[in-house]
Amino acid sequence: MEAIVNLWNSFSQDWPALALLILTLLKIVVIMLPLMVLVAYFTYAERKIIGYMQVRIGPNRVGFFGRHAFGLGQPLADAFKLMFKEILIPTKANRVLFIIAPMLTLGPALAAWAVFPFGDGMALADINAGLLYLLAMTSVGVYGVIVAGWASNSKYALLGAMRSAAQIVSYEIAMGFALVGVLVAAGSLNLGEIVRAQSGSLLHWYWLPLLPLFMIYFISGVAETNRAPFDVAEGESEIVAGFHIDYSGMTFAAFFLAEYANMILVSALTALMFMGGWLSPFQGTFLESFFAWVPGFVWLVMKTFFFMYLFLWFRATFPRYRYDQIMRLGWKVFIPITIVWILVVGLAVVYQLPWWFD
Amino acid sequence: MSYEKFIFYIFAALLVYSASMVIVRRNPVHSALFLVFAFFNSAVLWMLLEAEFLAITLVLVYVGAVMVLFLFVIMMLDIELAAIKAGFVRYMGVGALIALAMLVELAMVVGPAHFGLDKYAKPAATPANALPNTEAIGEQLYTVYLYPFEIAAVILLVGIVAAIGLTLRRRPEKKTQNITEQVRVKRADRVRLVKMDAER
Amino acid sequence: MITTVKSYFKSLVLLELFKGLGVTGRYLFARKFTVQYPEEKAPVSPRFRGLHALRRYPNGEERCISCKLCEAVCPALAITIEAEPRADGSRRTTKYEIDLFKCIYCGFCEESCPVDSIVLSRVYEYCMEENNERIIGKTRLLELGDKHEAQLAADRAEQAKYR
Repeated sequence: MEAIVNLWNSFSQDWPALALLILTLLKIVVIMLPLMVLVAYFTYAERKIIGYMQVRIGPNRVGFFGRHAFGLGQPLADAFKLMFKEILIPTKANRVLFIIAPMLTLGPALAAWAVFPFGDGMALADINAGLLYLLAMTSVGVYGVIVAGWASNSKYALLGAMRSAAQIVSYEIAMGFALVGVLVAAGSLNLGEIVRAQSGSLLHWYWLPLLPLFMIYFISGVAETNRAPFDVAEGESEIVAGFHIDYSGMTFAAFFLAEYANMILVSALTALMFMGGWLSPFQGTFLESFFAWVPGFVWLVMKTFFFMYLFLWFRATFPRYRYDQIMRLGWKVFIPITIVWILVVGLAVVYQLPWWFD
Repeated sequence: MSYEKFIFYIFAALLVYSASMVIVRRNPVHSALFLVFAFFNSAVLWMLLEAEFLAITLVLVYVGAVMVLFLFVIMMLDIELAAIKAGFVRYMGVGALIALAMLVELAMVVGPAHFGLDKYAKPAATPANALPNTEAIGEQLYTVYLYPFEIAAVILLVGIVAAIGLTLRRRPEKKTQNITEQVRVKRADRVRLVKMDAER
Repeated sequence: MITTVKSYFKSLVLLELFKGLGVTGRYLFARKFTVQYPEEKAPVSPRFRGLHALRRYPNGEERCISCKLCEAVCPALAITIEAEPRADGSRRTTKYEIDLFKCIYCGFCEESCPVDSIVLSRVYEYCMEENNERIIGKTRLLELGDKHEAQLAADRAEQAKYR
């Protein structure tokens, strides 16, 4: 062990730039691998939980070593199936863009994790404009959908892409305004700073003073990821499967991965910005020292899982929105509410409303 | 060549390539996507200049919003390449003349007198305790440039309202759904329970 | 006025949505009724109309007298019968074929049969790998009848009081 450390030390002295590159790549792998496993098992959790809510039991056959194991092998089986399936390209499709589109969706969904703090100071890139970077990355994700819809050269795909583009652009505004409220309250664009500004107790977290923004952010997040009840971009009852109708095999899997990675991202960001991130929920109570041994990362993961569960719960509960109502909700309900609440938060910060902003 | 220079030349070359592709490509969707790529590359160049706020805002605003709507419109158009090419020869002479005139004007305005490292002083190194980029810009905007900033904001608002006002037409014969009314509807508005004796 | 404010308030706090979430949340813990098919099987009714079979009398003589009523009544034209007198002078089928792809399992053949020969058994787990396997002939039908005779007889006896 010591020998390896010594070797690394001498290497990083001789080649500082290369050492930094290798270290960064290693960090990326450390973030990406668990994320991909989480995405795989998120699909399993979705099928299981929605099944249970519909009084079914969901996948329970594929297991390991001849055991059923509650169907835990299902995501792996699905992954292998998709990997070995043929990638069909329609004759009249635009080949280059058709192949690039899934990458364009998956890229930003993964790149956004670069600034995400998994604990105090545990971010890959602890940049000052972290929040802006996140907004930029989530808004870039729409290109994959648009390009996929156009390159497929199919009317269903184009319709799905159009719906998705209009919807994402509309909800981005509400989402951005909700985040403006957060950064006014925290006084920083750095995600770590935002979490630190929430420390105090469970009631200091921003879900309480920014309750409307919190709800709007999460609902916009659901709309932004094109999930039920806002999944008109797929709308299987009207436009078959929307933008990814012509995709198969690994290209389809890339869309799938991106969708679930985005869901996890939105959940994690909600936990970070409104639920105190890695802060312990027992902070400021007599239980604080009792739970001091739990690392902050665990709290963050638990909060993230809660919001991920909400995504599934929503899907099992709500019927799909009509498209004009989606637009109405975004433009005529969410944006006015966020603007009003930003004003309220601004006043509260200026007059240093006790307890939260003093 | 230092690492920074290496990155700069790569992205500058990509920027020039994609920018020229915007005007060379026949397919307008390809042009728009190359424009998006050009925005990304210039964002990287700004990032190299440590102007991270501008870089990210470029991606956020132009790539994330403006170009999406642009693509949205372009994709719905049915572009006939033959029709575009038809007038090419006819207008080529005039077009070339205008392009030449513009080139000369540009050269006169910008001119070789403005290029070269010897013409400018080296920028001072950023002080260690300087504000982060975003905060520095915000502070400038809301103190020194408050009035221009607010006036620009008001002009933009007027622009939005004017655009909506110009395009919004209320035609009385148009039948549309009033969603607010639909959402507000209650059971009592639609169902009337009537009590009556059973028929014999 | 008050009702408007009330309805606005109701929609802003998402009351109805939380109610809906409550319903699905409750069902998450409800008892599940899924039957684990290959290991568990749902009970089958005595009137179940599954794979066909030709029955015999207890002395081993086949019941079918080649009256072709089933062939006539079959709405899907799935039954093909050819008949000839046997050596002992009785009319018997030389060919009795059912096309399982044509058959709609309506049970009319069983209803029409005067001697309870053609019946629909409880068997529903059958599949085929070759296209020609879909046509089952007389020997196979009689085999099926012999195999499930006890069950078939019991079902007919139980159902007799309703006919």
